[in-house]
Amino acid sequence: MDVFGSFALLLAFICAVYSFVGGIFAIRTRHPLLVKSARQAGMATCGLIFIATFSLVYLFFSDSYWVSYVVAHSNRDLPTFYKIAALWAGQEGSLLFWSFLLAIYVFSALFVYRNKNGELMPYVGVVLAGVQIFFLTLNNFVASPFKVLAAPGANGALEIFTRADGNGLTPLLQYPEMVIHPPNLYSGYTGFTIPFAFALGALLARYPGEKWIHLTRKWTMIAWCFQTAGVLLGAHWAYAVLGWGGYWGWDPVENASLLPWLTGTAFLHSVMMQEKRGMMKVWNVWLVFLTFMLCILGTTLTRSGIVSSVHAFAQSSIGNWFVGFLALILVVCLVAYVKNRDYLKSENRLDSIVSRESSFLFNNLILLVSCVAVLSGTLFPVFSEWLSGSRISVGAPFFNKVNIPLGLILLFLTGVGPLLAWRKTSSGSLKRNFGWPSLFSLAVGGVVFALGLHEFYSLICLILCVFVASTIVMEFYRGARVVRARSGASFAASAVDLTMRNTRRYGGYIVHMGMVLIFVGLAGAAFNKDVQKDMQVGSTLQIGRYNLLLQSFDSKPERNYTSERMVVEVLQNNQPLMMLYPERRFFQTNQESGTMVAIYSTLRDDLYVVYAGQSPDTQTPVIHAYLNPLVKWIWLGGAIVVMGTIVTLLPNRRSVLVFAAAQEPSGSRPLSPSLAPSVTLREGHD
Amino acid sequence: MQKRAKFGIGIGVIVVSMAFLAWLGYGESKTYYHTIAELPTLKGAARGHRLRVGGTVEPGSIHRLAGRVDFVLQGEGQSLPVSYVGSDPLPDTFVDKSQALVEGSLTNQGSFVAEQVQAKCASKYEAAPTAGPPAKSAATGAESGQQSSTM
Repeated sequence: MDVFGSFALLLAFICAVYSFVGGIFAIRTRHPLLVKSARQAGMATCGLIFIATFSLVYLFFSDSYWVSYVVAHSNRDLPTFYKIAALWAGQEGSLLFWSFLLAIYVFSALFVYRNKNGELMPYVGVVLAGVQIFFLTLNNFVASPFKVLAAPGANGALEIFTRADGNGLTPLLQYPEMVIHPPNLYSGYTGFTIPFAFALGALLARYPGEKWIHLTRKWTMIAWCFQTAGVLLGAHWAYAVLGWGGYWGWDPVENASLLPWLTGTAFLHSVMMQEKRGMMKVWNVWLVFLTFMLCILGTTLTRSGIVSSVHAFAQSSIGNWFVGFLALILVVCLVAYVKNRDYLKSENRLDSIVSRESSFLFNNLILLVSCVAVLSGTLFPVFSEWLSGSRISVGAPFFNKVNIPLGLILLFLTGVGPLLAWRKTSSGSLKRNFGWPSLFSLAVGGVVFALGLHEFYSLICLILCVFVASTIVMEFYRGARVVRARSGASFAASAVDLTMRNTRRYGGYIVHMGMVLIFVGLAGAAFNKDVQKDMQVGSTLQIGRYNLLLQSFDSKPERNYTSERMVVEVLQNNQPLMMLYPERRFFQTNQESGTMVAIYSTLRDDLYVVYAGQSPDTQTPVIHAYLNPLVKWIWLGGAIVVMGTIVTLLPNRRSVLVFAAAQEPSGSRPLSPSLAPSVTLREGHD
Repeated sequence: MQKRAKFGIGIGVIVVSMAFLAWLGYGESKTYYHTIAELPTLKGAARGHRLRVGGTVEPGSIHRLAGRVDFVLQGEGQSLPVSYVGSDPLPDTFVDKSQALVEGSLTNQGSFVAEQVQAKCASKYEAAPTAGPPAKSAATGAESGQQSSTM
């Protein structure tokens, strides 16, 4: 099966090369058969990658311990569920997984548009094939997952040998949540390849700007949705598994996943400027290019060890390949831009600072400044070493100081932007739209301040969250009222109907509401509390309104690990509330251990209890308990963001009928009755 | 030109204030990376900086005491005695022969006081897994006790 898999991978490489070269010839000669064959080669590449991936999965399931990758990341005792996760546990497999997800996107794009956009698709196909060639080169020649174990045999020649069992999967990956985080995040990273290919293809083909934007919007939203989910799942995993009480440490690999999210968000907003007013064309093209390059940079940082991170210490030469690829992409984008930039001229200019264009401009500015800040902070060790010889890194204070105010400004824009008019907003409109949300949010702020919340950023955050939430509710209310007046349905049904008639706008509002919840959750971090204590059986620990009583402490062998577990009873006002079981798992095969945090999560706060090992002098178990306010809001907000994104991807419930004259009537002739108005169906936009 | 000026000012204010905050944050958190061999050569101001040092944990050197954990870090043939004084438990991957990265400061006696320890299992010498074992101690959690917000 390993031979089969590696052969499939090699064939995929050959097909990708054909798709690339053939695609270029197809563009030049415009021969329809060549166009078709290049496209089909592209689809065949994807099919072969699927086959190779399934082969590797089969090797895991069949306990094939002569394949070195399987030996490194699996063992017989590993539950089947985790044998799937083992696929991306190491360098070679995760690169193949990247190719696999990319192939799903490429296949979909080639298939969906096989009979459409004939002017553009050959270019897109060439760009996609080019990216696939890079990853297939790595899969085949640099980091092959199908390498076998070989040692000199009895007669001196190399022979394949089989191990009795593998090394097992690293314990930190053996959680259900860790199984879903990489597929989501990788689907985000690879997903941005599609908008990139369309943007670069359109630039090379000098394809009309509005059309390529329109085509790529849904693909970008899908990739963005996965990226958001991936980042939040990673944060949740870090929170629930690592046991340090936090969910974001500004680690280089975490930052790497955030960077394309920032520029991707900027892009999703600035495309509206291009669609509505023909502005920001150059900017948009470069935003997409930058987003894709940041995805590649992200994976470079993770795999190369250029910057030391909890995720990756080993220096690996594979980093050089990625850096080379990044340089190549940059050169190609620059050349394509320089040659074709005259077709990207803007149609309109900014009219007023109190306009929706202006809010989009500031939205983009904030996101880009944040991106630059996070990027500089992450790569600081590299730059400082080049420039001054000493390797200096920066930590959380740097990132937080810059990103908290930026986040708050962005939150403000989220409330203000959708309610500003295009071009210029009148002061009457300003008063009408922002009057009561501003008053309401300031009132809430005043009340909360009087109740004792004096922390500056938390107060501002709360006021802005209430402000944005009010503007969103107001929008739904006004729209639903109109629908209700016509249909007589209930408010809820009207709101749903409203949303489904203009999924992009109202889905967007749902996403914004989700972001508000996330900000509420983030604001809670200012008030985290924690306590650590040695506990005898029967002793208690007080944290906030909870009392933790250690009932017992046991040790239990499981299928592939032994668990040391504390049995803790949680009491509130002396009433037993629930039981928690913080534990440590010790895996015999690879002698590694993992912490399993016990969390009791409510909307108000999370009670987060860690078994912190045994006290060195007394051998008694040590409990480290945290009380983290509002954390649940982050995960809830994330779920709402994802749901909102799905809503925006849905087609509008009913198309808007527009009547337009079929022909221009000449000045003298009256409109003749035979001149039938043509009916154009247009997707409802805001 | 007037609206251009307004936009320019708006953009300028944001960029300048962020640059200022970035500079403040840099000053608060800059950490110099050095190898163990370089540490004795540090003089004057360089000795007082926040430092980051990497090495391998000497087998048998981990001693857990009340309030701190002492161990010895080895690298390029040199040894560095380290005392970890952070309040949070050390990462699960912090065992004999693991690769560790410590962050803290140098004492006058030439030993190291660490506020943060990151560790990675040394047995996996292939390039680190991407969805790999992030293992950190309180890391910024240790600092967050003193500072008001950590993301």
